[in-house]
Amino acid sequence: MLGLIADVSYWTQSLLRVFGGIVAILLPAGTIVYVFLFKMMSFMQSRLGPMEAGPFGSLQLFAEVGKWLQKEDLYPERADRFIFKMAPLIVLSSTFLLVAVVPFGPDAWFTNFEAGVFYALAVSSVSVLGILIAGWASANKYSLLGGLRAAGQLIAYELPMVLAVVGVVIQAGTMNLQQIVVAQNTGSIFGWAGLGNPYILTQCVGFVIFMIAVQAELTQAPFDMPIAESELVSGYMTEYSGFRFLIFFIGEFATAGVFAFIASVLFLGGWGVPFSWFGWTSIDSIDNWMNVVGPLIMFTKMMLLVFVIMWVRFSYPRFREDQLQRFAWKSLIPLSLVNIMATSVLKVAF
Amino acid sequence: MAKVPGLLKGLGVTLGTMVETITKGANTVQYPHEKETPPIRSRGVIALHEGNCTSCMLCARSCPDWCIYIEGHKELAPPRRAGGKPRQVNKLDRFDIDYALCMYCGICVEVCPFDALFWSPEYEYSEPRIADLLHDKAKLGEWMETVPEAPELEAGAEKKSKK
Repeated sequence: MLGLIADVSYWTQSLLRVFGGIVAILLPAGTIVYVFLFKMMSFMQSRLGPMEAGPFGSLQLFAEVGKWLQKEDLYPERADRFIFKMAPLIVLSSTFLLVAVVPFGPDAWFTNFEAGVFYALAVSSVSVLGILIAGWASANKYSLLGGLRAAGQLIAYELPMVLAVVGVVIQAGTMNLQQIVVAQNTGSIFGWAGLGNPYILTQCVGFVIFMIAVQAELTQAPFDMPIAESELVSGYMTEYSGFRFLIFFIGEFATAGVFAFIASVLFLGGWGVPFSWFGWTSIDSIDNWMNVVGPLIMFTKMMLLVFVIMWVRFSYPRFREDQLQRFAWKSLIPLSLVNIMATSVLKVAF
Repeated sequence: MAKVPGLLKGLGVTLGTMVETITKGANTVQYPHEKETPPIRSRGVIALHEGNCTSCMLCARSCPDWCIYIEGHKELAPPRRAGGKPRQVNKLDRFDIDYALCMYCGICVEVCPFDALFWSPEYEYSEPRIADLLHDKAKLGEWMETVPEAPELEAGAEKKSKK
């Protein structure tokens, strides 16, 4: 975004960036909820899902949002009012901070700085704070349990996620997300550049670990112990109603979209097509139309990855709490450490 | 790692169901637009055949919810044969079933010795006001039209009289 509008005034830039950020958050979130949560889940259960609101129920989401906006804003009597109100906003702000580093095209980005991967992994853990204080401020033992479970889970799965990304960083030789996209699309597989070199091929172990960790970070089933509706009646979200619940809801699916964006940048080549197709040599020689096509490519890849996330979510039952922790600490983390070692050895060898 | 084939199979099941739903249609029906015919002997609503009722009160007394209200009085009817005594008959004044209370156990239908109560498969009689769920004698009589013919009995079974 900045690359496109570098010569307009600061406040126009800021306004455009805020608008772009809202679009980049709400559009994927709404699409994910309709296509996957409403429709795909229904199809997987051999039913049609919402069909009345709009053609094939496509306006159902607006009906749901309208319903939530009408609801009373309830507080538990003993809730810690101020941070009770803050919690959903913290969770959502983590999503907005996360989308800021995602590149959508050669010039279509919000910010483009060197430690993009580091930043993304750092701000993604801000949502843990929101969830933990939501659980604590609700003055409800189920919410507190849910918040604690969420904290334990998110911290446990942050680690394999970071370690899985390290493999990509080693291979690309940069932490800048834009550079990682370029590195993948200018790369070659044994001298053949027809596909570029998307890191899903060389970093397939890292990709699987990353997607599992994303599933857990998003608290989607089978990692949904923090919001387990049959045990904890939605955990940290129990006491929230109306608009605040809506913010949690948007946050959940927007974060799914943003993590899918980041996964497609890290492993699937991001917004780019292999540069050899059009004879581009570097990021500066890319034609301008990529700024329009790039976001569409990103959106397609995002939908593909979210399809996988949701597919897994709708297929598997929930882990037990101890199985969850054991899986992270005894399987994923050692595996990702081995992956890092293998990647660095191969990087030096080739 | 030993669980991986099972996990993949699970993913296959959900994907297969999704494809099947998209290509062949869902197992569910879109209710107000299309309706399924209820299975035989469905317990939708209880119909009253007033002519058979002798206001013996057995149904009202056997109802676990006490949702049947019966009032009646005795009347003298002309004798069957010339020169006989006038007969005493029970005249039904009120026969109400409160479907807000009814739990569709069907004991009243079973217990009626004169076949005055029947199950009808009609189920669309919800009301905005709960008091309107009290169906009176006339309304219960109207349901009689919806009572299906009893299904074929098994061979050798004793045939009961119909409505």
